Amino acid sequence: MINFENYFDIDTLLSEEHLLVRNSAKKWVSRTISPIAEEYNRLEKSMHSFIKDLGEYGFIASFIPLEYGGSGMDYISYGLIMQELERGDSAIRSSASVQTSLVMYPIWKFGSEEQRKKYLPLLADGSMIGAFGLTEPNHGSDPGGMETHVTETEGGYILNGAKMWITNAPVCDIAVVWAKNENNRIKGYLVERNFEGFTSPETKNKWSLKASATGELVFNNVFIPKANVLEGVSGLKGPMMCLNSARYGIAWGVLGAAAACIETALNYSLQRKQFRKPIATFQLTQKKLAEMTTEFVKAQLLAWRLGILMNQGKATSAQISMTKRNNVFTALTIARESRQILGAMGITGDFPIMRHMMNLESVITYEGTHDIHLLITGNDLTRISAFY
Amino acid sequence: MKVLICIGHVPDTTSKIRFTDNASKFDKSDIQFIIGPYEELALTRLLDIKDAGTDLHITAVNVGPVETEATLRKALAMGADEAVRVNAEPLDALFTAKQIAEVYKKGTYDFIVTGKESIDYNGGQVDGMIAEILGIPSIPSASKFEIMGSVAKAEREIDGGKEVVEAAFPFVIAAQKGFAIDPRIPGMRGIMAARKKEILVFEPSEQANITKIIHHYLPEAKSACKKVAADNVEELVRLLHEEAKVI
Repeated sequence: MINFENYFDIDTLLSEEHLLVRNSAKKWVSRTISPIAEEYNRLEKSMHSFIKDLGEYGFIASFIPLEYGGSGMDYISYGLIMQELERGDSAIRSSASVQTSLVMYPIWKFGSEEQRKKYLPLLADGSMIGAFGLTEPNHGSDPGGMETHVTETEGGYILNGAKMWITNAPVCDIAVVWAKNENNRIKGYLVERNFEGFTSPETKNKWSLKASATGELVFNNVFIPKANVLEGVSGLKGPMMCLNSARYGIAWGVLGAAAACIETALNYSLQRKQFRKPIATFQLTQKKLAEMTTEFVKAQLLAWRLGILMNQGKATSAQISMTKRNNVFTALTIARESRQILGAMGITGDFPIMRHMMNLESVITYEGTHDIHLLITGNDLTRISAFY
Repeated sequence: MKVLICIGHVPDTTSKIRFTDNASKFDKSDIQFIIGPYEELALTRLLDIKDAGTDLHITAVNVGPVETEATLRKALAMGADEAVRVNAEPLDALFTAKQIAEVYKKGTYDFIVTGKESIDYNGGQVDGMIAEILGIPSIPSASKFEIMGSVAKAEREIDGGKEVVEAAFPFVIAAQKGFAIDPRIPGMRGIMAARKKEILVFEPSEQANITKIIHHYLPEAKSACKKVAADNVEELVRLLHEEAKVI
């Protein structure tokens, strides 16, 4: 079968080391995640149980410096790891994204040296699981309206409020929580599992990301010592910088899910016969395959270019938004079209397509919805905000 | 303890094989190269032994042009301590064996590990030739390997059973399936650490080629499968007799 993933010879844009990173992650996923992905989704078993393995192989913390337990790699390597993890399942990629971009990144960028030394090595090797609390029941696309808040007390702060739709919430050992202080400024707080008044009920009955532990973070008069405040940033800029890093990873990650769908559909179309011919013979099937591959290659090149800009420190939030939006939509469209090629077989758990499709319905919503990212691009072009 | 492990640079098994120069040369263009699977198992076993506490310094060696350094770099990322490349196109088994024997003589190695054969030309001769050149014992096609103090113990699959052998150092051992269970996957920190590890380049010593490849032939393409209904034994027998001509 043709290597459609290298249709534009993208491998020559990657270094020898990048190829090694990609091949390692791919091999680990095919050995560890792909064989159990269907079962974990069917039984709603969370893939957070693999976080130690992710730590051992360095699939989390790839761009965090070596001195804090990371691998000190570039953003292309991070993207390639996300791509290969999501080829297995969006749940395992989500766990790795959250741990790396939403928990370790803010501690690394905005935390004190004590906080870095205390938490980062444990998060890097998977001894600790992290969660990121920004979204609230009444504030999704409008995080600036958050109600979670702190009041100052002797030696620290009292935290009250609730966060919702939080990956890893039920199993986290630490949560990076964004809350308003008495001056109405958003600050980051490190909430540890054993802090009194902190609970994290699980969100049940999901039809998407069924192998990911999702839940709420509920704070009922939780005392946060001063040592647990991320003093290096205030305002929405803090969480938005984290989201930039995570959205970048998603833009690559979904390429893995899309590739798994195209590969399945292409193989199936060459084997499945109707009217005594493989269905790949028919023009309408070829149209689907050709269009999917065209869009895949475009998304791949966009992710690669964004990776170069990230490495140079030149990527803008708007570029990241555009890429996340385009690539997730592309992957979801590819999943839907691939499902069509498989006909009724496409809805079964014998193939990964329906699972990827259901997962991508979450991915197109979390970390900035499809519509919000469009408005970010609109705002960037016109300098006119159309959010509200 | 120091070990020299031969790392084959071979085409990925999914590669489309083509030839050039009137089918006398293998066309390397568009081919993705990998570590030979038997060598990958061999290196994995050595790393397992090292991780279990044996003081083992692992040197990966390849006889090949500069492009084989990517394969050596993967061996370093897996955990080999250093690498040596003998700067020559390996033209036959004796040439390769001679170069590896020379590398062995330059160092102070306790033993040499190879794969049982490369998966491109499947010669299966290099391990025995190295042992012969150096005048040391050879353990071909070993499926298990352990170091027990001053001796090594290996298991070999032979017709109808297994053979357990012991050898004093030095020796050459060739790994086959079973040497390790799953090949080790390089971790990200291993890949980064490999950046700092050295690949030494040696010029080859003289050795005339004694074999010459005249022509390559590709196997005939397999014909499509024919499915016979489970209850149609007569048709199955007819096809086996008249078309496959095996009964």
